[in-house]
Amino acid sequence: MSNALSIIVVEADRDRARLIVDGLREAGSFDIHVISEPTGLARQIKARAPDVVLIDIENPSRDTLEELALASGPQERPVAMFVDRSPDGLSTAAVEAGVSAYVVDGLQPARLKSVLDAAIARFRVFQRMRTELAETKRALEERKVIDRAKGMIMKARQMSEDDAYALLRKAAMDQNKRVAEVAQSLITSVSLLS
Amino acid sequence: MTHTVLPVGFVPLVDAAPLIVAQEMGFAAEEKLTLDLRPAPSWSLLRDMLAFGQVDAAHMLSPLPVATALGMAGAGCEFSVLSVLSINGNVIGVSTELAAKITDQGHGFTFDDARAAGHALLSASNAPLRIGVPFPFSMHAELLYYWLNALGFAAPNAVDIRTVPPSLMADAISAGEIDAFCVGEPWGSIAVEQGVGSLLLPSQAIWSFAPEKVLAVRRDWPEENAALAARLIRAIWRAGRWLADPSSRLLAAELMSSRRYLDLPPEILERALSGNLTITPQGRQRAVPGFLEFHNGAAGFPWRSQAQWIAQQIASRNGFDRKTAAAAGRQVFRSDLYREALKGTQADLPGASLKFEGALEVETPVASKAGTLSLLPNRFFDRQVFDPSDTS
Repeated sequence: MSNALSIIVVEADRDRARLIVDGLREAGSFDIHVISEPTGLARQIKARAPDVVLIDIENPSRDTLEELALASGPQERPVAMFVDRSPDGLSTAAVEAGVSAYVVDGLQPARLKSVLDAAIARFRVFQRMRTELAETKRALEERKVIDRAKGMIMKARQMSEDDAYALLRKAAMDQNKRVAEVAQSLITSVSLLS
Repeated sequence: MTHTVLPVGFVPLVDAAPLIVAQEMGFAAEEKLTLDLRPAPSWSLLRDMLAFGQVDAAHMLSPLPVATALGMAGAGCEFSVLSVLSINGNVIGVSTELAAKITDQGHGFTFDDARAAGHALLSASNAPLRIGVPFPFSMHAELLYYWLNALGFAAPNAVDIRTVPPSLMADAISAGEIDAFCVGEPWGSIAVEQGVGSLLLPSQAIWSFAPEKVLAVRRDWPEENAALAARLIRAIWRAGRWLADPSSRLLAAELMSSRRYLDLPPEILERALSGNLTITPQGRQRAVPGFLEFHNGAAGFPWRSQAQWIAQQIASRNGFDRKTAAAAGRQVFRSDLYREALKGTQADLPGASLKFEGALEVETPVASKAGTLSLLPNRFFDRQVFDPSDTS
């Protein structure tokens, strides 16, 4: 067990952390620890002295990790793994998948590769989920706005729902805008006038 | 000249104003440019975005590109600086508890005396003082090292300077992780607003003309995109000139408060733009003229001596050869490209590209092309003068 690579995963979301840990476990036998709190991050990492730290590329606490990596040797050692620009494109894949890996102590590239491959696969899933969630949320909000605008038109002009929608769509086409935008401006105007 | 969409990265801070204004007020469009502005939640990510080509230019801490030329900062490639985006604009703040002790020392938070404030701070704290900065390679860190070292408190023994992301600075101070911080606006004002800290000094009390943020590109980029680099420099210069007009402040604060940019109330952004800061949770006010300069005194000019000062500070601290560092650092700030880009515009630029740093007590006219240029006061709190020809 003492020979197992030690990995720290910095992730506040418990479900995401569990998915990453599961992914890593499938890829090999690692000694994995999750840190979920940004408070005391540097202290916790120093105390555990891991081989690798994995963190979401969007996490602001990355800047704290930069400092730790610096302390372990400012010039000799690559700070972030992908800065190495490994020829197999692993670095670029990691950046695109949204994961950054910090190698706190020197590590053989071959051992790091299996960790990163597993992390990249999981982070790609998150990225897809994040995009889908944002899209779904936007679509839902837009539907609500359109429904409200439709209701206002139906009431004001004594129209059927289909006719009200047709009117909105025509206005949108005439103005070269999206139906949701026209609906939003209608709601704003009405709220200003009433 | 065809229209170009240029991806540009920024960290959501008040001093990203020249980029936001260039895009929103049409200065980029005048150069047939659209700045596709992409926010980054950390400086490490912004550095990676630039290094990996996801953006072609970036708002950046002035010491970061210099550090890349010294083989540091983990970029894996070197950066150059096309212009200085802002001068000054950081604040030093302390926890509420420490503020009370400093007041007990008889210090009046006068906001203009770095020596008195430093002594009060150091004697009020139980050493070592823990101070948060946004990034290891930042003007924040450089100024703190300079200031505390000159007062006889050298890091890391007497002072512990550590990295805390700006958005977490208020949390870190209320959790007792740090005793003080040096941070760019609006994060100092936000700590005050949340009632967890008071502001002790503006950074300009340490160095009155410190290059804060710069416009950075990959080192080889301007060689391959000379015309594009020049258009970008001009757009940013015009944005800076617009920002220097006090009547632009309200609109600038409104533009930046948008969700796409800082996503914060304009009232809090306006404090940094006007220099009217609220320094305590009880609402004490201080007016700081020139708190954040974008234009006056050739603020945008990337002086090679500024880069050299940064390089020599980093070199001294890390035990590198100062002469080698000076030569490598100096060429990072591309005053040649800046000069070339602004030829034929109304910009009046200095005749020299190196100057003594810290040698101007008052605003001083200098040799320039049109003969109308004055440089703003440039002094260190301890009245040291940095001579760029001295690299020993």
